[in-house]
Amino acid sequence: MNWILALPELVLALSGLAILGIGVLPKRNTHFACAMAAVGAFLLAAALAIGAPEGSAFGGQIVSDAFTRFAKVLILIGAAAGVVLSLDYNAREGLDRFEYPVLLVFATLGMLVMVSANDLMSLYIGLELLSLSLYVVAAFNRDDERSAEAGLKYFVLGALASGLLLYGSSLTYGFTGTTNFDRIADALSDPSKASSGLVVGMVFVIVGLAFKVSAVPFHMWTPDVYEGAPTPVTAFFAAAPKVAAIGLFARVLGGPFGDLAGQWQQVIVLISLLSMVLGAFAAIGQSNIKRLMAYSSIGHVGYALVGLAAASEAGMRGLLVYMAIYLLMNLGAFAVLVAMRRQGRAVERVEDLAGLARTDLSMAVWMAIFMFSMAGIPPLAGFFGKMFVFKAAIDAGLWTLAIVGVLSSVVSAFYYLRIVKVMFFDEPAGALDPRPASVSFVMAASGVFTTLFFLYPAPLVAAAQAAVAALLG
Amino acid sequence: MIAALSFYAFAAILIASAVMVVTSRNPVHSVLFLILAFFNAAGLFLIAGAEFLAMILVIVYVGAVAVLFLFVVMMLDIDFAQLREGFQRYAPIGAVIGAILLIELFMVLATWRFAPEAATLRLNPMPSGVTNAEALGRILYTDNVFLFQACGLVLLVAMIGAIVLTLRERPGTRRQSIAEQVARAGTVSVRSVPLGAGLKEIGIARPPSPEEEEPKQVEHHHGHGGHH
Repeated sequence: MNWILALPELVLALSGLAILGIGVLPKRNTHFACAMAAVGAFLLAAALAIGAPEGSAFGGQIVSDAFTRFAKVLILIGAAAGVVLSLDYNAREGLDRFEYPVLLVFATLGMLVMVSANDLMSLYIGLELLSLSLYVVAAFNRDDERSAEAGLKYFVLGALASGLLLYGSSLTYGFTGTTNFDRIADALSDPSKASSGLVVGMVFVIVGLAFKVSAVPFHMWTPDVYEGAPTPVTAFFAAAPKVAAIGLFARVLGGPFGDLAGQWQQVIVLISLLSMVLGAFAAIGQSNIKRLMAYSSIGHVGYALVGLAAASEAGMRGLLVYMAIYLLMNLGAFAVLVAMRRQGRAVERVEDLAGLARTDLSMAVWMAIFMFSMAGIPPLAGFFGKMFVFKAAIDAGLWTLAIVGVLSSVVSAFYYLRIVKVMFFDEPAGALDPRPASVSFVMAASGVFTTLFFLYPAPLVAAAQAAVAALLG
Repeated sequence: MIAALSFYAFAAILIASAVMVVTSRNPVHSVLFLILAFFNAAGLFLIAGAEFLAMILVIVYVGAVAVLFLFVVMMLDIDFAQLREGFQRYAPIGAVIGAILLIELFMVLATWRFAPEAATLRLNPMPSGVTNAEALGRILYTDNVFLFQACGLVLLVAMIGAIVLTLRERPGTRRQSIAEQVARAGTVSVRSVPLGAGLKEIGIARPPSPEEEEPKQVEHHHGHGGHH
């Protein structure tokens, strides 16, 4: 019976249904119980994912290997932290409805299906399950105009991207006669025989995926959605789904289209270049910190794609290490954003952090660590992520990409350091409200990882290496 | 001969009505043409030997989806002139993108060639020895059971999403409490009461409801049956 390979997905699906039942039946508010159950389900699924046997299941539609294990564990950590961050915020903003954790469980299930997909159909279904849940949680604060706008904007543009992805998939199916990744790879084993229709199809698939990771020029939705959605939702958006979509990128381009590397490399180089430059320059003028983080995440996707553009084993490994570090430090930075509330109201301007060092030193120090790490300053974790991808790019001869990457991270250091300057050297704008323990926990865990990663990077790098070996097989 | 004739008839009407769906000015006409297109597509399915798909197309698409469309189009008062306002402005850029895609499509089609075995697969709509529904069922529930269940979850998420975004619990709505009704003990009885008498006069006490405590503004309308 090969359904054992899909055990994490099955467990998550069944617990999603069970949590829905737990949430609906009692008369009182069950948000907290459901959220805790969701966190438990994520941890259980992560344990099952670590111990999952390898192989492919359901007629080759899904696959389980070292890569899926790596991506699934990261996704589940990100999702669990996303739920923990939302606990207090949702209760204070009147968003404490049990549907929130249920939707996050189904979104996470979609991500797991995405990364274990070995077929264009399961890829699409996983992506749709993820996207549909995200559209709803983006508009979760339905009485707030900006949140509703974020949900609608995300929905319309996301539907367009799904259409492009399907168009590309249909061309691929038409020219190879199969949707299975392994058989597409077989059909492409002689790249000179790949017809132009297949290349066009692949480009459309890349466009659909680039939209989901918000890489330039398909990034237009990101700042508005990040700004409009409730802050814990933004934290969720910036963490797990990014890892899942980038993982899918690596799987699709490394697996079935691996032999067409010469064709997709130029597309990825361009996307990566534009994302890094736009992420660096567009964030400079932002005064809303959620918008700023949106541009920052666009830039980070650009850096991660440098690893993919290298189209080598080292590049893929750099990509995975980068995404792992990005996920873990980003969760901490967003924990700070979630904790930003003054006199019971959520605040989200950069100036609201003014003088934080004098009112809440520990939070200011953590935030400074996250900002330094995102800017790529050694010895923090973010530096190593950038080092891995740039080194891979240089080894692959992509000098332009590496040089532009380093220059744009210098530019982006400006706005990261501006936040540090505002926190430590500006006049205090009044104390922030005391932060809940759940948020402090995520902040501290992420901060400790970011600071101490350089002492013992081996396990993460080794896991990424094993994942890449499985991916490029 | 008859099959070929009916194929061309169905196909011609299908294409004509599809064109009318897009071009007709009145949205209700568009939906009606869409229904016509569905019927003709069902006819094409019948000719190809896929009678199950043909019936499903008529039942689901014509019977449910298109009628729903029709309701929505009729109920929403959409001002199409206003919708078309931006059309002129964006038409050039849209035309350019459309032209690029069209050229790409032609370039793709230029390299198209059929696989040698494609000709044998073309008119083989179902495996021999099983009915249409069984062949479809095997594909849906055996080969693609994983995707089928995942699609079910997508639909569940869509339903949860619609409820989350639109359901508002209004205060003061009266709900049937089934548990309380079932738990009523010893008070269920059948009595013969005089015609025209109010409940109070014959001594049946009602459980106090929250509305009873409020002052009644329409006192003289109550219980007039018993005062005559």
